[in-house]
Amino acid sequence: MSPLHRLAAGNAFPILVVVVFIVVIWYVAAIFMNLDLQRDKFANANQAYSASDLIEGTMSQDRPRLPAPHQIAEEIDKTVFGLSPSSKRSLVYHGAVTLEATLLGFAIGSALGMLLAVMIVHAASLERSLMPWIIASQTIPIIALAPMIVVIMNQFDVTGIVPKATISAYLSFFPVTVGMVKGLRSPDPLQLDLMRTYSASRLQTFFKLRVPASVPFLFASLKVAVAASLVGAVVAEMTKSEDGGFGARLLAGSYYGQTIQIWAALFAAAFCAAMLVMLVGMIDHAVSKRMGYVR
Amino acid sequence: MLEIMPKKESGAAERAARVIDIRALSLTFETADGPVQALCEIDLAIERGEFVSLIGPSGCGKTTLLRVIADLETATSGTIMVNGLTPQEARLERAYGYVFQAPALYPWRTIARNVALPLEIMGLSKEERRERVQRNLDLVNLAGFERRFPWQLSGGMQQRASIARALAFDPDLLLMDEPFGALDEIVRDKLNEQLLRLWNKTRKTVVFVTHSIPEAVFLSTRIVVMSPRPGRVHDVIDCGFPRDRTLEIRETPQFLEIANRVRHGLREGHSYVD
Repeated sequence: MSPLHRLAAGNAFPILVVVVFIVVIWYVAAIFMNLDLQRDKFANANQAYSASDLIEGTMSQDRPRLPAPHQIAEEIDKTVFGLSPSSKRSLVYHGAVTLEATLLGFAIGSALGMLLAVMIVHAASLERSLMPWIIASQTIPIIALAPMIVVIMNQFDVTGIVPKATISAYLSFFPVTVGMVKGLRSPDPLQLDLMRTYSASRLQTFFKLRVPASVPFLFASLKVAVAASLVGAVVAEMTKSEDGGFGARLLAGSYYGQTIQIWAALFAAAFCAAMLVMLVGMIDHAVSKRMGYVR
Repeated sequence: MLEIMPKKESGAAERAARVIDIRALSLTFETADGPVQALCEIDLAIERGEFVSLIGPSGCGKTTLLRVIADLETATSGTIMVNGLTPQEARLERAYGYVFQAPALYPWRTIARNVALPLEIMGLSKEERRERVQRNLDLVNLAGFERRFPWQLSGGMQQRASIARALAFDPDLLLMDEPFGALDEIVRDKLNEQLLRLWNKTRKTVVFVTHSIPEAVFLSTRIVVMSPRPGRVHDVIDCGFPRDRTLEIRETPQFLEIANRVRHGLREGHSYVD
């Protein structure tokens, strides 16, 4: 196979096509969205300009309505590689702050999600009493709830990473509960009857049948949950921006109209989320392989 | 005409000595469309070392009857004793091994670990488990497949693994619910022969549900013909071939005669409902 064919056969090529498509549209959009700002700028300076001056200008503004992709790339390059990771302007610094809250929130959320699932599966009354509240909890906009959680926890002198992780956990427990309940209930009647013929205890049935059967469901949920955790941490940081993080970066950017900074933080957050999902996916793959789920 | 078991009124001691003793057993399921009688006044006694087939059309309650013996369903009326105990007591004593219609192997366990599952639950030591897994996989000709996952095996091999699993804790009673129903004729013949050899060697009692006449005649010492709606015992046919029979007996006139009786029984049982 020629390298070109191999490229077309794999995942890389289709993704690349989409990326190129998005970048082209983005540039066109950037030109049009920043056009009148650029015209005003030239007019205010009483400067004559050609069409190419105008287009070039739309892509090099300090505070464009929509920054061009290369401006964002430059900003990311500058704030990731150009600064010491301990600098308050470094995206690495903010990323670390966000990731810390995300991972703690993810751990708490997953543990809580699994615990709720186990309780729901083992007591029908708990399903009736808990499930409506669990669903209701997810219908409240997190952006409205986050500041209240921070304020209330502050009242009890709980500050720092914990309130942020709490909000992160609040978003991430839900998919884990739903997926895990489904997974724990996935064994078919035959598999359950088999346990009964062995007079297996509830505990044995749980650990030898329900738990292993739930693993594929759990990982599917964990992938959703880890991304939700990051969203939760970012939202929390917008409420509690003094500690830094991507959310603080977004907030500061919007205060000062630093659109490039906002976009750079957004992309960095998206990148982190993608990496986290990928990491969970890799663990999923390794575990599935051991459990014979991967063919 | 052969008698329907029990042949004579027997004492309590005699009943207790039997592997299975069923008297006037009925079972009614409560469904959304009202009660459905699955079993009606079943009488059946099975002695140690017998190979008894339950045969009948779909819906005749043969699987339900097997499930009652296994304490997976509970009878509405009548009495049933398994090894002189109630089905529940017998189940708690792990008196039987059950082979389902489907292999019901756990997909996340290798073949060896699937066979070891009942042994783990019963708390056997690791060495004991390994030894028994090996012995029983050898018995069903699956040595060398210990580390494969179920999906890597053919349907027939999977069902053999499930038989090895049922044998692993060495129960005296094997309850088999159409274990070869989903397999093709050639594989089925082969497994039938293997099962027969196994039964002859281990001297276990087998209760075997099937809807195949040749399978029932070939395997059984006694065939219980059941009829549907409600499920009842229509006829019990003795099947006097030697224990070490081979597939060749299927060519004999005796075999065909018994097969014909079973067929007639099934047709009669069916006629008054349709």
